[in-house]
Amino acid sequence: MTGLQVYLDNSATTRPYSAVVRAVAEAMEEHYGNPSSLHKMGVEADRVMSRARQAVAASLGAGPGEIVFTGGGSEAINLAIKGALPGRWGKHVVTTAVEHPAVLNACGQLKEQGIQVTVLPVDEQGAVQPGQLREALREDTYLVSVMYVNNEVGTVQPLDEIAEVLADFRRGGRKLLWHVDAVQAYGKLPLRPGELGVDLLSVSAHKAHGPKGVGALYVAPHTQLLPLVAGGGQEHGRRSGTENVPGLAGFGAAAAVIAREARGAAERIFPLKKKLAEGILAAVPGAVLNGPPCRRENLRCAPHIVNLSFPGLRGEILLHSLEERGIYVSTGSACASRKSPGSHVLKAMGVKGELLEGAVRFSLSSLNTEGDIDYAVEQTAAVVQELYALYN
Amino acid sequence: MNNTYMIRYGEIGLKGKNRPAFERRLMDNISRALRKLGSSRVRRVYGRIIVESEAEPARVLDILSKVFGIVGVSLALRLPLDERVICEGALATVRDAAARVLMPAGEPLTFKVEARRSNKQFPRTSPELNGLIGGYLLDNFPGLKVDVHTPQIRVRVEIREKNAFVYANDMPGVGGLPVGVSGKALLLLSGGIDSPVAGYMAMKRGIEIEAVHFYSFPFTGEKSLEKVRNLCRVLTDYTTRVKMHIVHFTDIQKEIQKSCPEELRVTIMRRMMFRLAARIADNQGALALITGESVGQVASQTLESMRVINQVIDIPVLRPLVGMDKLEIIHRAQAIGTYETSVLPYEDCCTLFLPKHPATRPRLEQALDAEQALDLEGLLTGSLERTIVEDIIRS
Repeated sequence: MTGLQVYLDNSATTRPYSAVVRAVAEAMEEHYGNPSSLHKMGVEADRVMSRARQAVAASLGAGPGEIVFTGGGSEAINLAIKGALPGRWGKHVVTTAVEHPAVLNACGQLKEQGIQVTVLPVDEQGAVQPGQLREALREDTYLVSVMYVNNEVGTVQPLDEIAEVLADFRRGGRKLLWHVDAVQAYGKLPLRPGELGVDLLSVSAHKAHGPKGVGALYVAPHTQLLPLVAGGGQEHGRRSGTENVPGLAGFGAAAAVIAREARGAAERIFPLKKKLAEGILAAVPGAVLNGPPCRRENLRCAPHIVNLSFPGLRGEILLHSLEERGIYVSTGSACASRKSPGSHVLKAMGVKGELLEGAVRFSLSSLNTEGDIDYAVEQTAAVVQELYALYN
Repeated sequence: MNNTYMIRYGEIGLKGKNRPAFERRLMDNISRALRKLGSSRVRRVYGRIIVESEAEPARVLDILSKVFGIVGVSLALRLPLDERVICEGALATVRDAAARVLMPAGEPLTFKVEARRSNKQFPRTSPELNGLIGGYLLDNFPGLKVDVHTPQIRVRVEIREKNAFVYANDMPGVGGLPVGVSGKALLLLSGGIDSPVAGYMAMKRGIEIEAVHFYSFPFTGEKSLEKVRNLCRVLTDYTTRVKMHIVHFTDIQKEIQKSCPEELRVTIMRRMMFRLAARIADNQGALALITGESVGQVASQTLESMRVINQVIDIPVLRPLVGMDKLEIIHRAQAIGTYETSVLPYEDCCTLFLPKHPATRPRLEQALDAEQALDLEGLLTGSLERTIVEDIIRS
């Protein structure tokens, strides 16, 4: 085993930029006042926070007043889905089968409260068909929640087409909120919720080289939202609780990089992804790519996530074998048991049996290098051959 | 202020000439268990152990209730040898105990005084004391009624050389023998439900345990190892520390997978585990192996399998769960606090290479034949050389 450490689990979490670490430490050491306090210390903390808010807003092409800071991506998603007010007519919510559990489980809670939920199917690449969304919309639909980039297979949903469908629907004067879970897109793809006509959009700092425990919900102007956390009325009453100033300072630092480089990030990461996917598929006969084909012109293909199945192997064993060689990846789903039901995303795409059991996710970031990828391809090929020899 | 605890220890009181050694071990174990709560004093009076500790009573009682050898423990009052003070102490004790008894309004609360007098200089006999204190309680605590057969509160009064002790609420201990009086054995600890319970049962008979875990990275991961460490941590509640041998099992498993007939893999794997454990036992001065096996539970736990597996070693294998069914084992695991950890999904090496149809009635010649393909000595030494030892200490 060489000393090389290759981190390819960036969809789980990312390594914070050093600027982020510095910003967090500085805020903790020097700006520990409560932003709501009236004295100088409070004012300084508040200033740190507003700078962060401006940076996050800029990274989304939004105004600072449209950003609600939360305790992470899942909280932002929950605030969007449970906080969206149905109005008198609203009884119906539409989402998709491949959403993150934060979305699916929040919708499950709505269901328990008597809201009807339609879960749209996806095609074999994990993409939603806008036509099916059009058919699912009803007079009493008040919320649509569709993710931007799928976290397991990297499918980019056709947000432009969805925007058109929703715009048509609203043309009759009907109210409808659109939430986009953009956690996996943030920092990797350009994000302009205002231009797309998105009402609510959630992001998380730690998936984009920021600190854990901070996220944000973009809330378009005039969108009414019921707070989930009641208290001192922070974040314009939408998310009470003393703000996590150090975390937000770090979020701001990450957002500043994103605002500068978002377009460039995809340009840099995509060739690495392509190299990784093609390298492994060429070296390992029988390996199968789950999700959209890896081509630059393919709009459905996110720049950073590769999901591969190795039939006859269990993803978890491959994961640990790669770990032994300093390579960190993830299985399709978090559960490690043989009895585990397998990834809901892969199942929704029609993946079954050995392909479901043998799925592994490689997720990249702009901190990965060509050397990382060469090493990962070479080692994956070697490990898979060894394991095949052992099992067959 | 120091609180006094009165500890009863049934079985070891019957040990004849060995009794002082058993008592000394129990006192040691008690001191060690209480160490993290700061200073405490442990001493022996005839037939009892008395603990004094400044720590919060709920924590002391919780720790003492998990020390093997203790049958019951009570928070007691230590009083001067003065009748009046003893009566007042008894009243305070009854008040305290009564607060814990749920009674329908208007029903009398039944009690009984049980005085014992080891100090024969004390001017009253035990029956006289029973009458005196009982009368005092009836006069001063309305709603009490004597019941000598099944009282709700037993007020115990012990008259010793220098002090009287009064106590009522008796909290049951785990019983058994003090860990360490029966020597040491090696527990084969997987991540499952059974083996931690087997370890507990062995400790209950006074056996000190060290754990052996067979680890097959990369076929299982760090999470499954951490799960086993956590199981050891729970067991330290009953014994303060457990040494854990993490045996490198990967190469052996690969070799078995490559070279042995599929249906015999489990049998050969278990034979290798027993060989390794027996060698570690020899090195550590352990006198037996302990397993969580229960006859008929899985393929390797038929009598035929056990005989073929056992054949490779000559030290005793204790199987404390042999008389329990799965439900009993689960209940015990829940009671001792290992169940929640055991049912986490991370698998251990036993489940990974499971053949579709493992032999339930392997014959010895088959196993010996299959092992011809293996470099037994090389594999065993290689595995032991890469074994890691960790000390899991009570947190």
